[in-house]
Amino acid sequence: MINSVGLGFVVLLSAMGAATIERAEYDYYRYHPMPEIFKWMLQIAEDHSDLVTIVNYGLSYEMRTISLLKIGLNTGEKKKAIWMDCGIHAREWIAPAFCQYFVKQILQSYQTDPKMQEMMKNMDFYVTPVLNVDGYIYSWKDNTTRLWRKNRSPGPSGCDCYGTDLNRNFDANWGTVGVSFNCCSNIYCGSKPVSEPEAQAVADFVGRRKDDFLCFLTIHSYGQLLLVPYGHPNFTASNYDELMKVGLAAADAIKKVHGKNYTVGTSPDILYPNSGSSRDWARMQGIPFTYTFELRDDGTFGFKLPENQIQPTCEEAYQGALHIITHAHDKTFSSAVATAAATLWTMLVAVGVTCATQM
Amino acid sequence: MGLRIVVFLAVLVVVTGSPTVTIRPEAASEDTSAHPNSLPETAEETETPGQQKVSIVEELEEDVMATGKLNPNHYPAQRAAKVVQHYLNTRYGSPYRVFFLHRVHSGNAEDVADSGRKYQLEISVQDLISTNTEKCSAEVLFPGGEQQRSPHVQASCEELRKIDTKAQEEALYQQYKTNPSLLAAHLPDSYGHINPEMKPFWHLGAVASSFIMLNESTENTLFNMAQVANVTQLATENDQLRFDYHILLHEMVSQDIIHWKLQVSWSPSGGVKVLQMEQLPHCHHCEKPPNTN
Repeated sequence: MINSVGLGFVVLLSAMGAATIERAEYDYYRYHPMPEIFKWMLQIAEDHSDLVTIVNYGLSYEMRTISLLKIGLNTGEKKKAIWMDCGIHAREWIAPAFCQYFVKQILQSYQTDPKMQEMMKNMDFYVTPVLNVDGYIYSWKDNTTRLWRKNRSPGPSGCDCYGTDLNRNFDANWGTVGVSFNCCSNIYCGSKPVSEPEAQAVADFVGRRKDDFLCFLTIHSYGQLLLVPYGHPNFTASNYDELMKVGLAAADAIKKVHGKNYTVGTSPDILYPNSGSSRDWARMQGIPFTYTFELRDDGTFGFKLPENQIQPTCEEAYQGALHIITHAHDKTFSSAVATAAATLWTMLVAVGVTCATQM
Repeated sequence: MGLRIVVFLAVLVVVTGSPTVTIRPEAASEDTSAHPNSLPETAEETETPGQQKVSIVEELEEDVMATGKLNPNHYPAQRAAKVVQHYLNTRYGSPYRVFFLHRVHSGNAEDVADSGRKYQLEISVQDLISTNTEKCSAEVLFPGGEQQRSPHVQASCEELRKIDTKAQEEALYQQYKTNPSLLAAHLPDSYGHINPEMKPFWHLGAVASSFIMLNESTENTLFNMAQVANVTQLATENDQLRFDYHILLHEMVSQDIIHWKLQVSWSPSGGVKVLQMEQLPHCHHCEKPPNTN
């Protein structure tokens, strides 16, 4: 009995070890064009087939698949969930880089950290590395397109410009503040709420499961900010105090990594009023912990953050995100870590036994 | 409610040249306990050609910008402080000295004559190259009136510590004086990279941009230089190196990228001067091939 358990466990460990070696080949500290990111997604899903599946949940305007990685232990039960999306604005390249790092990090952490193991048992992580696929690809086209922000749907008839600002297109006080109805503007909110397929994809997928989501984190750059709902100055989230408390603690966690200051507050307070953001929409769906991350830097390089800053930016942002996720998790699953770890250990052993008996 | 929406949508459609309009629908009673320090923003008034000024929304509460003691983390103080950064760069910047806003410690704002607004700020700035930080006291006056005019800034910093950049500046000056051959593009490139030899010209671009950003700043803008698209050296004149710069600015509130062409002169003794400046219209139509119907 003990031999078969030990053998099963060794099998489990070596499988995980093999996966680590695969992952080390991908350079998380360089910017990657879309085809490489998609290839990486396939590789991750293959290397971690016990935890990861790819979900295609929409089509961009130019008919490209919008995909996410669903990461978590398959318990066969309905699970709570964490949402993270990156690259809703094409030029914010550090954001997709962070999503990729985040995935790597939670999978790596899962191997050794009982807390992450507990969270993966209780929750699924839904991570979209690049939401605005068309825009991202366009920003890679040449030197003149690098600072593109919006998606690539054509403007309404009579307007020659392309693109809607996806983060003004959600059905959350749409078209009221911090937007433009000029289709050439970089904050053009679209012809109507959720007119854009990329926004529609998120609204459909998350909307169908809104009661499952504990967290909705949307990743942007630049500015070094953690924004809490709402973007409209007249509306205050019912859990504003808690959002601020957790946000400030997350900013502390960020600062401890490399000393960078991230300011926490509502968009109308610390940045500018806006409407139609995905964060506001998510909060209005009832998802309690919704934050916009504005990553490095403070404007020195702005959108063109040097690659040698990818690693420190990702490391600090990870601690911030993890703090929020952990808080949301612990609030929902109030069992002590020790008990959870014991439960998980038993489960791992059971898996090991299953492996052993199947050999 | 529906009529108001129709009215301000109609106004928005007619407004030209103004990328952003801040509108507030009918104010419900605001949860002021959630925002202890800042007051609600005023509704902007927009002028439509040939018509009277239309006040888009009436506020039930005081129609004022944040006044009195400011929360240093909130945008009014931050935007005013950014203006101080631009000012310091115009006065003290060089290919080896560029300042960046580091922190706002405290701020105060008041209304002044002719609908102007005056900010008093205690801030820290950081030298990008030496990474030294300095404390500064500053006053920023945003003039009121219908025509947008540049802000006026007064600032005094602890000692504007002169890390000796004279030697580097002189070396750069001599190198490019005799053989005016500089030609560079995309500083930084798409990956954020700048060739070390080109960094002083990226710095110079940032300093030159500061003249524009200072001129263009209002309480409703926040400017950063996004990129030097290209820089060409012209013949040296009056012992000043001269350059043509094509620069991209990022304006945070509208999220626009704004193109400017600048003619810039510099020497260690003469400092940085902008001789000519011209905003370039961003060619939206360039996105489609020119010959398609």
